[in-house]
Amino acid sequence: MWGLASYIKPYLKFVILGPLFMILEVFFDLMQPTLAAHIVDFGVVPRDFNVIERTGLLMAAVTVLSLVTGVGCNLFASRASQNFGADIREALFRKVQTFSFDNMNKFQSGSLITRMTNDVVQVQNLLQMALQGLVRAPSLLIGSVVMALIINLRLGLILLGTLIVLIVVLVLLIRSSSPLFAAVQTKLDAVNTRIQENLAGIRVIKAFVRSGYEKGQFREVNRDYTEISIRAARFIALNSPIVTFIMNSCLVAILLYGGNQVSSGLGQVGDLIAFVNYVVQVLSSLLMVSGLLMNVSQANVSAKRIREVLDTHSAIEEMKQQEKTAPIRAEHVKLEQVSFSYNGSTAGKDLILKDISIEARRGETVAIIGATGSGKSTLVQLLPRLYDVTSGSIQIDGTDIRELPLIALRKRIGMILQDAFLFTGTIRDNIAFGKPDATQEEIEAAAITAQAHDFISKLPEGYSTKLGQRGVNLSGGQKQRLSIARALLVKPPILIMDDSTSALDLITERRLRDALKQLTGDNITFLIAQRISSVMEAQQILVIDEGEIVGRGTHAELLATCDVYQDIYRSQYGKQEVSYGKQQSFQS
Amino acid sequence: MANSNPSNPNASTSKAPASFDQMGFRPGGGPQHAGVPRVRSKNASGTMRRIWGYLKQQRQALLWVILCTVLTSVLALLGPYLIGRMIDDYVMPKQFEGFVGMGMILLGVYLLSALFTWFQQYMASSLSQNTVRDMREDLFNQYQRLPVQFFDQKTHGELMSRTTNDIANVSNTLNQTVVQLISSVLMLVGSLVMMLTLSLWMTLITMLTIPLIAFITKRISKYMRHYFSEQQKQLGEVNGFVQENISGLKVVKVFGREEKAVEQFREINEQLRAIGVKAQSLSGSMGPMMNTMRNISFLVIAVFGAVFAYHDMITVGIIVSFLNYSNQFSQPINQLANQYNMFQSAIAGAERVFEVLDLKPEMSDEEAPRSQQALIHGEVVFENVCFGYKPEVDVLKGVSLHAHPGQMIALVGPTGAGKTTVINLLTRFYDIRSGRIMIDGKDIQQLDKQVLRQQIGLVLQDAYVFSGTIRDNIRYGRLDATDREVEEAARLANADAFIRKLPHGYDTLLSAEGGNLSQGQRQLLTIARAVLANPCILILDEATSSVDTRTELHIQEAMKTLMKGRTSFVIAHRLSTIQEADAILVIQDGRITEQGTHDQLIARNGFYNRMYQNQFAATAQ
Repeated sequence: MWGLASYIKPYLKFVILGPLFMILEVFFDLMQPTLAAHIVDFGVVPRDFNVIERTGLLMAAVTVLSLVTGVGCNLFASRASQNFGADIREALFRKVQTFSFDNMNKFQSGSLITRMTNDVVQVQNLLQMALQGLVRAPSLLIGSVVMALIINLRLGLILLGTLIVLIVVLVLLIRSSSPLFAAVQTKLDAVNTRIQENLAGIRVIKAFVRSGYEKGQFREVNRDYTEISIRAARFIALNSPIVTFIMNSCLVAILLYGGNQVSSGLGQVGDLIAFVNYVVQVLSSLLMVSGLLMNVSQANVSAKRIREVLDTHSAIEEMKQQEKTAPIRAEHVKLEQVSFSYNGSTAGKDLILKDISIEARRGETVAIIGATGSGKSTLVQLLPRLYDVTSGSIQIDGTDIRELPLIALRKRIGMILQDAFLFTGTIRDNIAFGKPDATQEEIEAAAITAQAHDFISKLPEGYSTKLGQRGVNLSGGQKQRLSIARALLVKPPILIMDDSTSALDLITERRLRDALKQLTGDNITFLIAQRISSVMEAQQILVIDEGEIVGRGTHAELLATCDVYQDIYRSQYGKQEVSYGKQQSFQS
Repeated sequence: MANSNPSNPNASTSKAPASFDQMGFRPGGGPQHAGVPRVRSKNASGTMRRIWGYLKQQRQALLWVILCTVLTSVLALLGPYLIGRMIDDYVMPKQFEGFVGMGMILLGVYLLSALFTWFQQYMASSLSQNTVRDMREDLFNQYQRLPVQFFDQKTHGELMSRTTNDIANVSNTLNQTVVQLISSVLMLVGSLVMMLTLSLWMTLITMLTIPLIAFITKRISKYMRHYFSEQQKQLGEVNGFVQENISGLKVVKVFGREEKAVEQFREINEQLRAIGVKAQSLSGSMGPMMNTMRNISFLVIAVFGAVFAYHDMITVGIIVSFLNYSNQFSQPINQLANQYNMFQSAIAGAERVFEVLDLKPEMSDEEAPRSQQALIHGEVVFENVCFGYKPEVDVLKGVSLHAHPGQMIALVGPTGAGKTTVINLLTRFYDIRSGRIMIDGKDIQQLDKQVLRQQIGLVLQDAYVFSGTIRDNIRYGRLDATDREVEEAARLANADAFIRKLPHGYDTLLSAEGGNLSQGQRQLLTIARAVLANPCILILDEATSSVDTRTELHIQEAMKTLMKGRTSFVIAHRLSTIQEADAILVIQDGRITEQGTHDQLIARNGFYNRMYQNQFAATAQ
């Protein structure tokens, strides 16, 4: 939690005032029992009405002061914690925007989301609690004991002694309950896993008629979990009665001893009244403290997770306002002996890509085909510097891309990722994502090329249709076409398509290819695909296997010379077709 | 000033609750849930009755819990009274004979109270956990009975939430709230009675502060709820924005939209900041407010008590008793308000669970009259079948086909045209609207679903495996298969080779979503499973987009082996499969537009021909 101290600094004055006011409030609260004792001892017993009056007024004043300081503390604490939380949230968001793909891989997206939402709330609440509860409970505890000792030393010592016994007992109880908690959690996980699997695989279960079997399995884990939950609950139930009984015994002891004192003239009745209240105070503060400590340790975990994100160094410095240079056209893209590994080492076993050299000129389509995991996607992600090469260089028109302003570089590369991610908003907003001020004509033109205009026009609200959770759900193929339109709108000189047509049927894909040919005859296209039919027409086809280029050429050349390519072809078309393809004609 | 009472173990502030994290002391010692927005349930009394139905099953535990609650409440009421007596009868008049004896009685009362409290919780834990266990099991069993339609319409997240969160809520509530409800009522009434017996005047004075507290609490709660829900809404927006941004971060970066995103975020974050401060200030002030109320009532009792004692209307001991009783009286009121909200949300949760339990199951547990010997031939006929997932939209329009036993039928066509639907209908995951589907001459509507499905083997696109060993997963096809048979099935499915290469072979444990195997390997396992099940009709979905070539070939071979001698319906993606099919059905727009063998369809020069040409057109330059 100290790691986040810099975010607390701007609100230091609240952080100091809050606890201060809380201590004052506690002080005023602790006075009440003493004042009540005063009334009895000096007002009722000796029958002095003035004392009753004056003390009464004093108690009223103290009540008001307690209210004021209590509310004040809360105001300060709220301001401190909410602002603290908002600042951290913003810092996290900014930081994440600067993340490179490398950074993103280190934290999974689910974890990032939790860190930016849940964890922030945890530390925020912790600060609030620290300024209020964590000050109040111990203060009440210590204050009560101190007041008790002041009023009546001997009785106070009984209280103190009990307190120590209590603390020991509580610690023991907490220690022994944590293994129980862990066990409960494990059994609960088993139950949830069973349920989750059943929900996801219900078709299989029904198809194989395994309902009876599954019911039996579930019964078992359910009962297991119930048993251990009961055991844990029963153990925890010991807590309250034991603690309460100890305090009550203390109370009886105090009454007896105190009564004795009164009888021998060493003590006063009022003391007993005060003591009854202080005993209660000590008990509840103790419980409060133990509860708060639990929260503190939980929040500490959150603080650590937040720090992990904030401390991440982004390898590729981004978001700095770059000077505007002349727009990069792209006549010539060259990859020279490019190698890449995730951890930066050049050891053979770590390299995802080995010694890749590619050249492409304006007007060309370079297709990349290969098995899953062969490195295709990583390769094209090097172009917009989503990752940086480990060795070798990538040049556009003779300039190494690392010397170009990042934003300008990326604006000149249109990239269509495998996963067609769309944002909530209208279709228009989504297509215009890369160029928010695009005109309707530009948007439609891009959609027409991407073969999306037809289905968009058929929707009741057309381009204004809302997408997302509360909006329309599109099919996989439709989403892909929208993401293609999105990239096309920017009119990028370099276009990268990473398996972006997998959800389209062959006819639509064909039309798309034809449309692209017309529109983008003027740029360089990098195309990654699984289907031979998608790459067949490229000027250059690269076959990648295990990070290396094992084949380079046109479709016909590869079919004749490259084993891997033939393998792939055969698996997609069957044996006879290999010969068909070679002959470039077929009989019907 | 006192804010809890040691002699009342049922008051939540002095009791260590079932789990430490329920100790939720708000800073300032205020009530913890005062700002929770109200979740309205639709039929609270009906739902409560049903929960009661579950509770009733544990008669013994229930009785003990009630008994103990009553006892502990009574004992809690005795405490302050005895203390008062000790002061009045012994301390004040300085008469100490029997003082210690009285003290021992008090100690005895506390001891009994502790014992009964523990026993009450002891019984309550089994009561609530067992009730919840039964609910969970009922829900799970219901899931097994519901038609596939249900699962297609709801997200898994939502269903999981019902099964875990909602039910956990119910158990927590049963544990805490119900007990507190009883004890709170008892304490309320009991304290009132005790106070009245001690002093009418003091009771009246004390009562005056109650409405004041109630009124102020209500007022502040209302404000709080409003701001709290605003805050929740805003928080939801921020979280939603974050989630979307992170999920699509790659796209944001690729299009260079980081700055814009930060701008948008700032806007909503600032709104959250502003309303957060307001909401927190308000809800946090609840604590000091409540504190003050208690201080006021303490003050009133002390001062008026002193005045009355001054006039000899009451004794000092009574003042002490009253200070305690007034707590025991006001606390339950507070708690009832808090617990009410928690209670409501738990009831709402239980309602969601009962909603599912009340749905009509696909089939009853006692099987419908079995009208069959097992199907053995596998002759499938579709007669003019019409069907749609939604009532207005037809996905299949008058589909007719005839598959002879052992034939391989390939289904081809654009996505969304209805191929998967044919499968859904054949297995009766969904039922047709009009027309007939017959297997071996019998209408499948007349067949028991279980028997029908036992004879149809499914190898689906997403190869679903369960957590467990590889052996278990394959054995799922036929639970009584021997290890030998399992391995034989794996061999036929081309899976045996890679399984043996694994460090633990067949006993390798698979993770929940089969994470330690590749897609292709999982696919092979599902084929092995189907081989073992040995059905007479087979349904295969060939889509395998992310499989490497070698495994791809293995899968193809395995599928061919599997299809031998069985009537197979294949959603075909590979030309080789299509060409070898006995019949190809081209499904477009819910209709079968073309039927025939590969050669026949090429000759027809229709859609199929065009599709086929597409594969090769480019090479004919």
